[in-house]
Amino acid sequence: MALTQRLRARTRAWIDRRSPPQTGPVRIHRRRLYILPTRGGAWFGLLLFTMLLGSMNYSNSLGFALTFLLGGLVLVAMHHTHRNLLNLTVRAAPVAPVFAGQPALLAVVLHNPAGQSRLAVAVAADDTVDAQDDAVTDIPAGGDAICRLSLTTRARGRLPLPRLKISTLFPMGLFRAWTWIRLDQSVLVYPRPAGRAPLPPASPGLVEGADRHRTGREDFAGLRRYGRGDPPRLIHWKSYPRTGTLMVKQFDDPRQETLWLDFAMVPGSGIEPRLSQLTRWVQEADHRGLVYGLRLPGAEIPPDRGAPHRDRCLRILALYAD
Amino acid sequence: MPTEQRLRLIAVLALVMAPHLVRVPVWVSLFTGAILGWQAMAAWRNWPAPARWLRLLLALAAFVGVYASYGRVDGQNAGVALLMLMLALKLTETHRHRDMMILLGLCYFVVITHFLFSQEIVMAVFLGLAGWLITACFIDANHPGRALPIRDLLRRSASLLAQALPLAVLLFVLFPRIPGPLWGLPSDSGASARTGLSDSMEPGSISRVALSDAVAFRVEFEGDPPPPAQRYWRGPVFWSFDGRRWTTGWPGRFLDASPDYRPRTAPIRYRLTLEPHDQDWLLALDLPARAPANAYRDAAGSLRTREPISQRRAFTLSSVPGYVLQPDPPPDLLDYARRLPGAGNPRARALAGRWRDGNDAPADVVTAALTRFREQPFRYTLEPGALRGEDRIDQFLFDTRAGFCEHYAGAFVFLMRAAGIPARVVTGYQGGSPGLGDYLIVRAADAHAWAEVWLEGRGWVRIDPTGAVAPERIESGLGGSLGADEPVPYLARGGGDLLRRAQLAWDWANAGWNRWFLAYGPQRQRDFLAGLGLPDVRAMILALTLLLTAVMAMIGAFLIWQARPRGAADPVQAAWLRLCSRLAAAGLPRRDDEGPLDYASRVARARPDCAATISALAREYVAIRYRHGGSRHQQRAFIRDARRFRPGSAPRRPARI
Repeated sequence: MALTQRLRARTRAWIDRRSPPQTGPVRIHRRRLYILPTRGGAWFGLLLFTMLLGSMNYSNSLGFALTFLLGGLVLVAMHHTHRNLLNLTVRAAPVAPVFAGQPALLAVVLHNPAGQSRLAVAVAADDTVDAQDDAVTDIPAGGDAICRLSLTTRARGRLPLPRLKISTLFPMGLFRAWTWIRLDQSVLVYPRPAGRAPLPPASPGLVEGADRHRTGREDFAGLRRYGRGDPPRLIHWKSYPRTGTLMVKQFDDPRQETLWLDFAMVPGSGIEPRLSQLTRWVQEADHRGLVYGLRLPGAEIPPDRGAPHRDRCLRILALYAD
Repeated sequence: MPTEQRLRLIAVLALVMAPHLVRVPVWVSLFTGAILGWQAMAAWRNWPAPARWLRLLLALAAFVGVYASYGRVDGQNAGVALLMLMLALKLTETHRHRDMMILLGLCYFVVITHFLFSQEIVMAVFLGLAGWLITACFIDANHPGRALPIRDLLRRSASLLAQALPLAVLLFVLFPRIPGPLWGLPSDSGASARTGLSDSMEPGSISRVALSDAVAFRVEFEGDPPPPAQRYWRGPVFWSFDGRRWTTGWPGRFLDASPDYRPRTAPIRYRLTLEPHDQDWLLALDLPARAPANAYRDAAGSLRTREPISQRRAFTLSSVPGYVLQPDPPPDLLDYARRLPGAGNPRARALAGRWRDGNDAPADVVTAALTRFREQPFRYTLEPGALRGEDRIDQFLFDTRAGFCEHYAGAFVFLMRAAGIPARVVTGYQGGSPGLGDYLIVRAADAHAWAEVWLEGRGWVRIDPTGAVAPERIESGLGGSLGADEPVPYLARGGGDLLRRAQLAWDWANAGWNRWFLAYGPQRQRDFLAGLGLPDVRAMILALTLLLTAVMAMIGAFLIWQARPRGAADPVQAAWLRLCSRLAAAGLPRRDDEGPLDYASRVARARPDCAATISALAREYVAIRYRHGGSRHQQRAFIRDARRFRPGSAPRRPARI
């Protein structure tokens, strides 16, 4: 057991040396393309050997003819299987960040630069990372195909893209050609949102949130164009039919009542639970359209709101290193 | 497995097994057909797979059934029946890719089992067809997801096989052949019933054979073929007569010495391709000079093999048409050649006794007998009517006077022996008709029997009493010597109509097939390759390796060339990409993640001088390529404009569109 594990580890290390991370798109080169008979291929070889012996025993010329035709077919099929991957280029579309525990959707884009279509090309993530499914696709001549893999994420941080195995059995299934590709890309994994603590109160001396000053002492400052992440409730619907563009109401608040999400104020102990709690708070505050800032030891994000701000906060939470 | 894929597989399976239907018992055909039909329905209606116990039960039933039909489950015929049943049953549990691969491999195996029963040209056509379809199924099985169109599968399959063909030819010609069999043939190998000469002769035995058009053997002569009257093909010789039936007797079975002979003419060399007849003799032009490999000359000078001939085989032979055979035989042999049963056929004995008493010289007795056949109203016919009772030779000689060659040969030898002259019956073939090529076809209809008498100083002399009755039989074959109402086989009749010529053309094709393809065994291979300068097995293997490598390299290079990256297939895209590379040369490369419009606006910002041109071109490009495709006119206009666009370092004049 220990031996097989050591062997496996050494093989993996060797494979890693053979396929260093590359920036995409990566072209599948002959030198990196491997091919071996499949189990079906071994069975076929055994069958051909039997047929050869039978033909010899019966001195059967048509038997020889069929056996040799199939022998030639095996050799030709090997070239075809090899050719089926040759010169494909592989890249991965940027992967949207996910929360730890959620599957990250990886879209692998295969481009076929040749004048012949490539059929039944499979993309699988390396076994060191859980891949929930593998995808088999056809790539038209001069076209692209996209294979979607979902990666299991466990911990926050940067998850390097797993080693991809591009393989094919086409056309006869007697050989498997494959190559390993490591793309120099990663997935940003936010901490898993968790914790039951309520949002902390707004900073001392300040009113609670934007809600009240919008409904109560309004200090309407004007309209501006809608941007992504603006809460829907701030949209100025009345002007929409007239102008045809979405506008949002802007409020001027000289006092900047702000909610501070502070690492030091999170109840409980341990870094990861606290980061998880902060993540949950960021989600909640963003959902409620609050203005909030984030304070971590050694880092601070000034109060703001909207999707870019939220993503900035989540990113710093994901990459926080103590 | 998708429904279409499964239905295609079932169709191919049915086709591959079809030729076996005539060879297996009816119940095997029905059983197999029923399972295939059931599975086709199951695929069509998406029925669930049958339960395990049902599958086991069916498999058990198949085994028991085959054992009950054949008394065994191995051997050629039982094996084929079992293979068919098991293959059909395998289908019921084929759902995964792995099972598909096993099943499809076995389909090829079924194809090879057909060749144990027939290696006619039509089977080569079957090989091509079945190989094409099975390979298409392989491709189908290895393309998961959406099933490929049948045309596509067939095209790919044909292309794979076409590329495999040169390799197959190299292997066929150069792969060193070993003389078989490796482990012996099963006792039931080959076809069961054959028409041909048998190892005994009685009235009716040869006329029965003569009713068939089947080819017995084909001959190619090195020089000119001998004239028809000399074409006596020597087969088994019969020494012993029991009153009814002529058999080999003691010299043929137990005498080990081959007779000596003196040739009186130059030998004739020829190549004889013998159809399988499941007997241990060869046919050879009278008189075979020496035995080929694996054969020997028996006590009567005919050729015999050690094993029955159950495969079509070719022999290189030489014969001397003029000879003195065994001038000094051992006396006991001559005695044996005078033996007759103790009683029976008194009239014939009396006739021979008169000759013996009247004439001293045996040659005169022979002449007297032949004269009697010629002058009395003897008829040569395929339907002489049955002879009954004990004294059949008497009946033939004195009552019916109608017979086929075996009647004449048998009666003649009887008369000679009764007159005290050593004599024996020789069976074989006489004649043969030219095929379209440079060869002679000898058919079952040419089967013949004649006599040999031993004369002092002349050895065994061939006497053909049939020639005395119907001389045209010897000159022009069966068709010329019998009346029009006789049931002469069609091809033996002669004449030159279209159908006959077509038959001859077909036979010519078959002869070439046999000669060049089926007979290509160890001997033929050695001769052929020695002619090409490959003297031994080592040279063969070397040549095979080199040529295989060369052809493989060519195929590989061709495939890699096919896989080379091409420029854009679409001229519009090509024009756009050329424009982009010109911009890149001018210091504004397109980023991978940039679409045409983004790129154009970035270029426009960086190079206000050509902003209008590039923006318009990008909009036009996006419109043609992504939105509506554009008319031909629009496409041409875009390509022209894109070609004209030159992002010089500085604009000389405002760009126009």
